[in-house]
Amino acid sequence: MQPKQAINDFVIKFANVNGTGSASANGMFAKAIFRMGIPVSPRNIFPSNIQGLPTWYEVRISQDGYLGRRGGIDIMVSVNPQSFAKDVSEVDPGGYMVYDSTKPLDLRHVRRDIHYLGIPLTEMCLREYTDSRQRQLFKNVIYVGALAALLNIDFSILKDLVSEQFKGKEKLITPNIQALEMGHQYASTHFECPLGVHLKAGEQNPKHIEEFDHILMDGNTATALGAVYAGATVAAWYPITPSTSVVDAFEKYCRRLRIDPGTGKKNYAIVQAEDELSAMGMVIGANWNGARAFTATSGPGVSLMSEFLGLAYFAEVPAVLVDVQRAGPSTGMPTRTQQSDIFAAAYASHGDTKHVLFFPATPAECFSMTVEAFDLAERLQTPIIIMSDLDLGMNEWMSPPLEFDDSYRYDRGKVLNGEELEAMTERFGRYLDVDGDGIPYRTYPGAHPTKGAYFTRGSSRDEYAAYTEDGDVYVRNMDRLLKKFETAKSLVPEAKVKPAAEPTQDALLFFGTTASPAYEALETLEKEGIHLDTLRLRSFPFTQEVEDFIEEHDRIFVIEQNRDGQMRRLLLNETNVEANAKLISVVEYDGLPVTARKIASVIRGAMGINNVTPLVPQEKELA
Amino acid sequence: MTYAKPAFRHPDARTNDVGCTRRDYEGGLSTLCAGCGHDSISAAIIDACFELSIEPHRVAKLSGIGCSSKTPAYFLSGSHSFNSVHGRMPSVATGANVANRDLIYIGVSGDGDTASIGMGQFAHVMRRNLNMTYIVENNGCYGLTKGQDSATMDTDSVSKKGDINPYMPIDLVRVGIEVGATFVGRSFSGDKEQLVPLIKAAISHRGFALLDIISPCVTFNNHQGSTKSYASFREHNEAMPVDFVPRREAITTSYDAGVVHEVCMHDGSVLRLQKVNEEYDIEDPQSALQAIAHHAKQERILTGLLYINRNSEELHDVLQTATKPLNTMSQRELCPGSRFLDSINAGLR
Repeated sequence: MQPKQAINDFVIKFANVNGTGSASANGMFAKAIFRMGIPVSPRNIFPSNIQGLPTWYEVRISQDGYLGRRGGIDIMVSVNPQSFAKDVSEVDPGGYMVYDSTKPLDLRHVRRDIHYLGIPLTEMCLREYTDSRQRQLFKNVIYVGALAALLNIDFSILKDLVSEQFKGKEKLITPNIQALEMGHQYASTHFECPLGVHLKAGEQNPKHIEEFDHILMDGNTATALGAVYAGATVAAWYPITPSTSVVDAFEKYCRRLRIDPGTGKKNYAIVQAEDELSAMGMVIGANWNGARAFTATSGPGVSLMSEFLGLAYFAEVPAVLVDVQRAGPSTGMPTRTQQSDIFAAAYASHGDTKHVLFFPATPAECFSMTVEAFDLAERLQTPIIIMSDLDLGMNEWMSPPLEFDDSYRYDRGKVLNGEELEAMTERFGRYLDVDGDGIPYRTYPGAHPTKGAYFTRGSSRDEYAAYTEDGDVYVRNMDRLLKKFETAKSLVPEAKVKPAAEPTQDALLFFGTTASPAYEALETLEKEGIHLDTLRLRSFPFTQEVEDFIEEHDRIFVIEQNRDGQMRRLLLNETNVEANAKLISVVEYDGLPVTARKIASVIRGAMGINNVTPLVPQEKELA
Repeated sequence: MTYAKPAFRHPDARTNDVGCTRRDYEGGLSTLCAGCGHDSISAAIIDACFELSIEPHRVAKLSGIGCSSKTPAYFLSGSHSFNSVHGRMPSVATGANVANRDLIYIGVSGDGDTASIGMGQFAHVMRRNLNMTYIVENNGCYGLTKGQDSATMDTDSVSKKGDINPYMPIDLVRVGIEVGATFVGRSFSGDKEQLVPLIKAAISHRGFALLDIISPCVTFNNHQGSTKSYASFREHNEAMPVDFVPRREAITTSYDAGVVHEVCMHDGSVLRLQKVNEEYDIEDPQSALQAIAHHAKQERILTGLLYINRNSEELHDVLQTATKPLNTMSQRELCPGSRFLDSINAGLR
């Protein structure tokens, strides 16, 4: 079979053993492509383990600027014998298999429809290095050097990246560059370079990227920066993958930005709690006292926080919770991605509760939505849950630069300070709906010597915060909370609607990290004459345009990364349109980010279009 | 029983240094059972705050769930209060305190709230040495759900139904000393003489002050055979008299016998204790644990100030938080602005 030909449009996957230092070499590979001005999106597919198990790194290169997973592999770089058989089978026909040829290839793993490029990585390292750790680490650097020749990576960029990476440890720079050169040399002498699939800098601006002024960053770091910019002073948390790096990054930036140079004292506090229950309790206590506080967790943490989320909803205490979702239920697949906490978050806790959810799709949105979440939590006096996921949170994404408007001022919501309380002639009622929007006024403890003190509780109370078991008063309060939730509809980030090139009654609806592959699938389908309008949800409660969108279409594919179509069901529950027959579930829940190919193929299938070549051959040609 | 408190205020009512009368420290009418020990503790808190001349609005009251946790409604109505979730008051108190270090935090909990559902948070809040007073109104049973045994109930104590408790009790003061509380006292709701100065000292202490106050449940745990009844407690109480002298006040109490020990607190106030045993050093945790165990072996319950560490680092010292409360910081102090974001962006290209 002819080798695949493609410029700036392919998928390469690295099969490594975790704990062998492959992550930094692979990261350098992706960053070099990014620096060449070519759109790239790398993804770690890693085990819940520290050392010794298979781990993968999948890099999508797309001149068009598609950042989601495409599906299929064009080049496999295999440095892990454990997973070799599976890795070989994943390569698309016409693709390439780069492998360690120190030992001869096992004939059972030879396919006639792909091309093998053997590099004796182990042998080269044994020859060159005496230290066993170096033998392991430089293997990774050598294959990156070889790929530079095979794919046409600008070698000077790799050298720069090595220098940046080892800044402060200068003596490591030369050996790393030598290892890169060793790989480059080997590939240049043994193979025809570049391959049919390769890179080319200076192509036209990517279709979906107006100006290549992008940054490469992970969503968790962007979220943490959002918390810094929002003026969060308290973070309480319990370590859990994949959310841990949110608080790690928050601490890193606070150390740089929030330490008083005069006194050395901190304008922030981070408390590692004994569990997620406690983390949420601390967030609620701090917010009750008028500090902006947040926590970051994942599904199991949300379960533990549910009791407190109910309290915060009912007692009307602001809180910001970042849920970096992973594959559940229970421990599930803790290092794999999913969008499966929709129900757990939307209705967290017992009794009648509903929570405001944000659905960021990019690091830039992680940043801006986190800033917005702190405002809205205080404006609505309720928890806001930011629904990120592992794919967005832990992988590096190309993103437009983060922006912050210096003229913007925090909205601290309806808070009466000491002077306002002093000037008040009427009696302060903590739960009195003064403005008719369901949002009452609150006071911070200690604000005034004689006015504004009230009793916060999770039990039923009247408008003046006095305990009551009077059914009418209880109902009045519950109805006001519902009214407040209605008010939220006018304040949450609106959905993004994008009409198709031609009028259509069909549509796609998606949110979060499903957006990238969905937009790509949409264009593929458009070329085949299938037109669909799209709506990207960005928040719950659902805004009016969501209801209108459902109303206006006959068939809406709801794409999400969970088994039960949780968002589809939430839409049925929480909109006033008859949509059961209209909303068609497209779900993917194997723990890997959904691919554009999968979305396109499901929609073709649903539309009864069968004359399509299978994306992955049903039977491989085996030798 | 009346359901409204008279608004009458005695014209000659004594005022304290901040111009408040004792009435200014009272709360709503208690809905607990008549004779409940918890009401005596509320009264002692009122006395302590009045005598310390604390401005009521500078106190934040926190509690969990249960009979004891209802009591913040019955004292200091001029303070903000947070009646949170069962067993989770310590975390709410931690967040609140971290956000505003300038308020006085008084937590009220019960033995179910603390020793069972809240044991984890209880241990960790002590470990962090949060600057607060944590009062356990300990009656050995679950009152609101009608009298089930709690984890502080003594082995072989007999329940109202006649069942004998087979489990080991959790001794809160010993747990406190072990895991890092820096002020540990035990008292009895019926002993106002000891309780009021202890509460005053606990509030004045900088760090975590635990007060385990035996407070018999008149309805479900005050019968013969119960070790947490008024009669049983009075019989076995080994009370260590305590006198607390705020800064600048003269020492008035004089003890008849025994050794008087004075402890100077960080704010200049003085705690006077009559020690029950000369060998016992209340600033040494091992010595304190031994004394408690020694008395327990003889079926005596040692009460009073059992342990104090006057020179500890409270949570804000450990976290090195700014002196200015975090909740008063402005956007100007907290938000780095767009220029710093430009440098972040540059580093990610």
